Amino acid sequence: MKKIYADVLVLGAGAAGLAAAAKAKEFGAEHVVLLDEKEELGGVLPQCIHPGFGLHYYREDLTGPEFAFRLYEKVRNLGVEVHNQAYAIELIPRKYDEKIVRASSPEGLLDIHAKTVIFATGARERQRHEIGIIGYRPIGVYTAGQAQTMMDLYGMMPGKEIVIVGSGDVGLIMARRFALQGAHVKAVIEILPYPGGLTRNIQQCLIDFGIPLYLSHKVISVNGTKRVEGVIVGKVDEKLNTIPGSEFEIKCDTLIVSAGLLPRVELLMRAGAFMDPATKSAVVNEYLETTIPGVFLAGNALVINDLVDYAAEQGEAAATSAIKFIQEGGFPSCVQKSVVKGRNVRLIVPQLITGENDVFFYGRVSQPEEDVYLKVPEVGMKLRMLRVKPPEMLRFKIRKKQFENLEEDKITISVEPRSEG
Amino acid sequence: MGEEKEETLKFTCIVCPIGCELIVKKVGAKIIDIKGYKCPKGKEYAIQEVTNPQRILMTVVKVKGGSLPTVSVKTAKPIPKAKLLEAVKYLSKLELKPPIKIGDVIVDDIVGTGVPIVATRNVNGE
Ligand SMILES: Cc1cc2nc3c(=O)[nH]c(=O)nc-3n(C[C@H](O)[C@H](O)[C@H](O)COP(=O)(O)OP(=O)(O)OC[C@H]3O[C@@H](n4cnc5c(N)ncnc54)[C@H](O)[C@@H]3O)c2cc1C
Ligand code: SF4
Repeated sequence: MKKIYADVLVLGAGAAGLAAAAKAKEFGAEHVVLLDEKEELGGVLPQCIHPGFGLHYYREDLTGPEFAFRLYEKVRNLGVEVHNQAYAIELIPRKYDEKIVRASSPEGLLDIHAKTVIFATGARERQRHEIGIIGYRPIGVYTAGQAQTMMDLYGMMPGKEIVIVGSGDVGLIMARRFALQGAHVKAVIEILPYPGGLTRNIQQCLIDFGIPLYLSHKVISVNGTKRVEGVIVGKVDEKLNTIPGSEFEIKCDTLIVSAGLLPRVELLMRAGAFMDPATKSAVVNEYLETTIPGVFLAGNALVINDLVDYAAEQGEAAATSAIKFIQEGGFPSCVQKSVVKGRNVRLIVPQLITGENDVFFYGRVSQPEEDVYLKVPEVGMKLRMLRVKPPEMLRFKIRKKQFENLEEDKITISVEPRSEG
Repeated sequence: MGEEKEETLKFTCIVCPIGCELIVKKVGAKIIDIKGYKCPKGKEYAIQEVTNPQRILMTVVKVKGGSLPTVSVKTAKPIPKAKLLEAVKYLSKLELKPPIKIGDVIVDDIVGTGVPIVATRNVNGE
């Protein structure tokens, strides 16, 4: 067993983790250790070869690998201690300023004694069984990320006749990738009555290539025993139940499942962090600190981000908090107020605030709506928004000054039609 | 030849994530009205899209004996939409040797568009 000491230990070297490690080092932390299970750093970025990354963070339109390369160069030049192919298997909180993270690595087991830990472990993809698709388990069913890795890292085509489940941006981008590589994308199937991705991706990924989008439809089962031969698709009603008699078959040799991401926070859950069923991750305060002191969250592990820029921004914020934690010997225990979800707000982070800092909030609505106010009555905030959609993250700031007159022990965030006030 | 008909085209601006709904009216090849854009870039895009639609292309090219079997590439600028598939076909026949550096020009002029293809990741030798 090898023992390592760290002031700041960052788990996961995707956009959030790389940005966190660089920031911690820039702020003068001596021992910054970065751990990732993979050989190549960058998380999902190296496999996302399309442009659309870094418009805010670098004010340039980069591809995923280019974005990762820039962050990685910074981390390397700053002298962060990087361990790749090292998989964190356990988090053991010892004292408020000592946590042990155990990892399995090519050098054997590592025990990293860290003052602070930043979880930037990203998210995993939902699998076909998690969205209720039945049938045999033939070859030819992949998640979007698996297909992307095969095509864009290893240069292999998963199949020729493709059906994609899920119209989020990842599914749409994969539809275009397949079409460009000469595959026949027969359909994108979406269970909800509206597309999950950005309108510009409907245009440049589907309409550009004449790919049909079936809204209010679901894939019920997979046909084929050895290789996928087709899928059975049905129309659904408002309650998302299949309408009997609406079923039909689409012949294909490959089914791509792009049904959303789940934060990878099992270690935190097992270590006893308080969880939020809406984000499916741990509850955090405005320092992005979980209920385990000195353990922070950033990137897709905290909340599923549609923009890499937000993931990197959260990484930097978590690093800034970690440095503050070390310098001040932990955060003074203060009264925390809760952030309550009001009308048409499905999730929000942070879930707790002290009211003593400027706070960036990230959230998602449940339903698309036009011409609305984003309201936080307790601090007298009212922001007009032309439209809100579940795939587009809400991001807004409440300033410290606005909290000054806050008397309640909570704030409520809601989205309300403008006509109703 | 008869009178040229007025035609209305609707599409989404892809320049930024806001995704404005653009409405272009034209008679023959002549644009007579553009609506729906929220910034000048959108207007430019609308004109481009109805006269000569262009896209950035991204794909991968095979690499022999490298740390990875492919290198990701993109066109340095958008190329005509009609040339996308031809360009992918051309690139799928290439095989490169490492080392390749980010920004290296892989093809000077892809399928007669005058636009170079550049690498978007590093690939070292094995
Ligand atoms: C297909 C696709 C297309 C996208 N397109 C765009 C786009 O066009 N524009 C844009 O701005 N954003 C886009 N995004 C979103 C953006 O890429 C992500 O939000 C961002 O990269 C997430 O970064 P992250 O660091 O949070 O997570 P990740 O990149 O997932 O990194 C997490 C890392 O942690 C490692 N890890 C996890 N658990 C452990 C463990 N126990 N031990 C060690 N290591 C571990 C993982 O291996 C991984 O390397 C896209 C995402 C996807 C999937
Ligand atoms: S018109 Fe301007 S604001 Fe609207 S989507 Fe295009 S670039 Fe964005």
